[in-house]
Order: sequence, then C-alpha cells, then structure tokens
Amino acid sequence: MTAIRARSATPPIPGGTAGQRASGGWWIYLLLILGVLLMVGPFLWMLLGSLKPQAEFLVTTPTFLPKAATTDNYQRLFSQLDFPRFFFNSTVVALVVTAGNVLFCPMLGYALAKLEWRGKRLIMGLVLATLMVPAGITLIPNFVLMRNLGLVNTYPGLILPFLVGPFGVFLTRQFMYGIPNELLEAARIDGANEWRTYWQVVMPITVPVLATLGILTFLGSWNSFLYPLVMAQEPNMYTLPVALATFATGQYQADHGMLMAGSVVLVLPVLVIFILFQRWITEGIATTGLK
Amino acid sequence: MTAPALVRREATRGAAHVAPRHGWRQDLIGWSFALPFVILFGVFLALPILAAFLFSFTSFGLRDITNPIGASVVGVDNYAKLLSDAKFWKSLGNTVYFVVVGVPLTLALGLVIANALSRGITRFRTAFRVGYYLPVITSIVAIAVVWRFLLNPDFGLINLLLAKIGVNGPNWLANPALAMPSIIAMAVWRNVGFAMVVFVAGMQAIPSMLYEAASIDGAGRWQSFRYVTLPMLRPTILFMLVITTIGYLQLFEEPFVMTNGGPLDATLSVTMYMYQQGFQFFHQGYASAIAYVLFVIVAIVAFLQFRFLRSET
Repeated sequence: MTAIRARSATPPIPGGTAGQRASGGWWIYLLLILGVLLMVGPFLWMLLGSLKPQAEFLVTTPTFLPKAATTDNYQRLFSQLDFPRFFFNSTVVALVVTAGNVLFCPMLGYALAKLEWRGKRLIMGLVLATLMVPAGITLIPNFVLMRNLGLVNTYPGLILPFLVGPFGVFLTRQFMYGIPNELLEAARIDGANEWRTYWQVVMPITVPVLATLGILTFLGSWNSFLYPLVMAQEPNMYTLPVALATFATGQYQADHGMLMAGSVVLVLPVLVIFILFQRWITEGIATTGLK
Repeated sequence: MTAPALVRREATRGAAHVAPRHGWRQDLIGWSFALPFVILFGVFLALPILAAFLFSFTSFGLRDITNPIGASVVGVDNYAKLLSDAKFWKSLGNTVYFVVVGVPLTLALGLVIANALSRGITRFRTAFRVGYYLPVITSIVAIAVVWRFLLNPDFGLINLLLAKIGVNGPNWLANPALAMPSIIAMAVWRNVGFAMVVFVAGMQAIPSMLYEAASIDGAGRWQSFRYVTLPMLRPTILFMLVITTIGYLQLFEEPFVMTNGGPLDATLSVTMYMYQQGFQFFHQGYASAIAYVLFVIVAIVAFLQFRFLRSET
C-alpha cells in the first residue's frame, strides 16, 4: 500500500528527494558489488560451463574458464535432443497464455472497477480468494479433466488453465479504479456505449499496466514447471523447463556441459526480456507486490 | 496490499461509479465483460478447487481417471491415514524447516540490501537493482541445475573455492544434514532480489522529513533505520512475510531437480510428496488430501498474518 501511494507522490529518481540523500561511504558500494557478484556468478559459471567440453569437467582441478571453448554442447542439444521443439512449445504456450490474460483480465477488471451489476461482489470475492490458493491443488482435477477431454499432451491442455488468472484482474482493476469517472461520462455523453468506452477510452490509458501484466505473465508461463510436468507426457510436448528437468534427473544427468547449455537456452530469452523491460518488471512488482 | 488495500482505497474514494439505472441492462453489460474470464476461471480454477476437495474423500486412483464419478467414497480415511503417515510428517517437517529458516533470511537480507540501495548510496542504483533481481526472473529449474553443479563435491565452484583456502568441502546434497540448508541457501539467493524491490518501493514512501528530524535529534545511521525505517515499513514487511511464506510453503522444483527429495527424505517437501502420490503411485485421492492440508495451512497462515497486518495499521 505504501508502495502505491509512494509512486504517485515521489518520483523514483536516484538521489532525488532529500530523504534519499546518500549518507554512506565507499564500503557500502564495495559490499553491494560483492553481493552483485554473488548474484551474477552462478550465471557466468553456467555460461562458461556450457562452453566446456565434457573432458574439462572430469579433470581433478577444474578451471573457471574453459580451456578449449566449444559449441559442441549446443550442437548436441539441437541435434541429439529436440531442443528446437521444446523452445517452440514454450514459446507457443507462453504467447497464448499472455494473450489470454491481457485480453480477458482487463475486461473483468473494468467491470469490477467501473460498472454496477448483480453478482459483482461475489465474483470479486472469488477472484481475490483464489490469489492465495496453492498451485498444486488444481493439478489433479485439471489432469483428470484434460484426460477426459483428450487434451493431455496437447497445446490446449497446457494453455487453457492459465488463459486467465486472478493476478491480472487484481492488477487491472486496481489501476482502472483510479481512472476519473468524468472521463468515462464524457465518452458516454458523446454517445459511446460501454464497449466503445472500454476500447477507445479505458484501454489506451491502461497500456502501461497491460505491458507489465503481459511481461510478468509471459515470464511466469515460460518458467512454469509443475503443471507442464504433469500435462506434457511425451517429449514432443515438453516445454523447456520440463525437458531440462527430465534430462537433468534422467539419462543425461552426468552430461554437465549439455545441461549447462540447456540452462542457458532456458534463461537467455528471459534475460533479454528483463534487460529490455526491467523498469516495467520491477515497478510492476513493487506496486502490486505480486509476481 | 491486496484485499485490505482495495477496501481502504474504496472507502476514501466513495462509490465506484455513478449508476443512473440499476436494471437488467446494466447486469447484462457487466456480465458481458466478465463472462470470458468467469467461464475459464470457473472451469479451470474454481471447479478444480472444489473437485480436489471431493476427491480427497475418495480412494480415487488410476482406473477412476476416465470415470471420476465412479470413485468410491471413503470418508475421512485419507486424512486419517495422513495422520499416521511418517513420510507425510517428514515432508511437512522439512517444509516448515525450509519456511522457518528461509523466510526470515530472505526478508532480512532483502531489507539490508534495500536500505543500502535507498539510503546508503546515490549512484548505480538501477544497475544494482538489476543485478540483485536477476535470479528472481529466471527459471527455478535452470537455477537448480546450475546450483547442483556449483555444489558438486568434485568439480563444483563452491568446493573449488573452499579448496583454495585449504578446506575440504563436503558433499553438500548427499549429506542429510546439509541438503536442506543448501536448498535454503539457493532459495534465499534467488528470492532476496524480490524482497529488495518491494522494500525499496516501501522506503520511497517514507517522508524525508522524518529522517531530517531524526538527524536533527542526533540519530545515526543505525538509529534512523531502527526508529524511522523499520516502523514505517512495518506494513510492507508484514505483507512480504505473507507472500514469501505462502510461496515457500509450496517448495517443489528445487528438491525435484537437485535431490529428488533425498537423501533419506531430508528434502522431501509436501508438494513433492503430493506429486509422488498423485503421479508416480497414482493415489490421486490421497494426493488431493495432501494438497488440501497444504491449502488449509496456507490459508491459516495468510489469514493470521493479514489479521495481524490489519490490526497493526
């Protein structure tokens, strides 16, 4: 809550307000840099490891840097294993899930924020209540449902349960509540019906929130594991995390270089998205407090 | 920041929207906006939550999957069995261990870093924030695979560094006493950036004049933190406590990839045990009971903490 109020009151400019005035010395920078190295270190280790030939893992004193860097691990990932397919599966699922959330969640968000209708309170209560439900609880019934619909090991089976979520409703509703009613009244007086008001007045203002929602939904879907683990039963439908975990705990568990390369493939797109949109991601999380 | 915040915001702003006519027409418009969401939400989220509850009172198994109605009702047998299931208690104990050690560590470190970023330094804030946030957005599976190598006794980076200072590092993940601490270390490493970002936002809301007044009164760095930052940040801290606890109670990917619940079930979590029962042994009725026990624990924790939060502010 404090976060939400803060955002409108003080711009998050480094060193901007008096309260943000620095009072620290060089040692704080030093500690923070050490901390960042600790954060980034494992990723470097992953990247360097993915370039090492298998033989370099088995020597008695391994080195941090690869001695004879090779792309062999990546080549095997894409020829021996079907990583292009897994990458494609992850991309399709994440894109459709994102589209569903960005389309449907703000619609309900608007209806909850700005419209009066019977059943509104009930729906709002239900949606808020499910914010806390552990993901594992819907796993078995959804598996049974998909099995009976013949959707296990299909794209719809991986996508349908995540096409909407309470988080998106919460995020958009909260934002739309702050849109002045005068703005909507003006559109109505001009003869626009609710749908036109929604598409032409409300949605354009909501774009930044939708961007945050879209990015967070994409990342969540890209990284999700438990549900696809259950629903993707054959390798042809594996998403990247399922494929990586299956190989890492199965027959390839000693193939260190290839597993590191697989981790890079799984992490890299997310890193690119994060670096491009980091402001929206961290601000969005800070204002909602939800991942 | 969720339910109570909405209620409070509404109270200060008055009625949501002027409603000229309140009739079926408006109901129709409202529902037309709500319907796509409500259908998907009902079929894939609300109904499954109810179905899991019903399953937990049956002996639902592999042959019932194609005919769920035919599963035989066994009353509270699954729950009774849980009470005497040593493996379940072990998994619950492990999960509580993970939460009780992991949550305070994550929040405390997040607070320290957030404080250093907002009050200790003036430059490179964005760079630091990106650095600390990096692990949060990456796949736990990938991180677990990488950490498994970092912790490898023969060629992992951690033992490599320990060897440099003459310490013979242990086999972290194969030692029942060290496996869970290793997983906790990884979880703290991954989530500390999330706590940091939320705390930084909370700290930006603290009026600067409070710090000015404190420094006029002669407060040092520690005293401003103790008597200004901490009390003002209390709602944010409590909120993070709820969110992090709920997340940590659902521990799954880390032990799945790193230890498969071992050694000697030392890292078996409740969600992992549910997965094993449901999808390796196909005792879906029993697994649903496990899921519901976890659900109830999460709900109680959330309820207690939110109540605490509301009475505090």
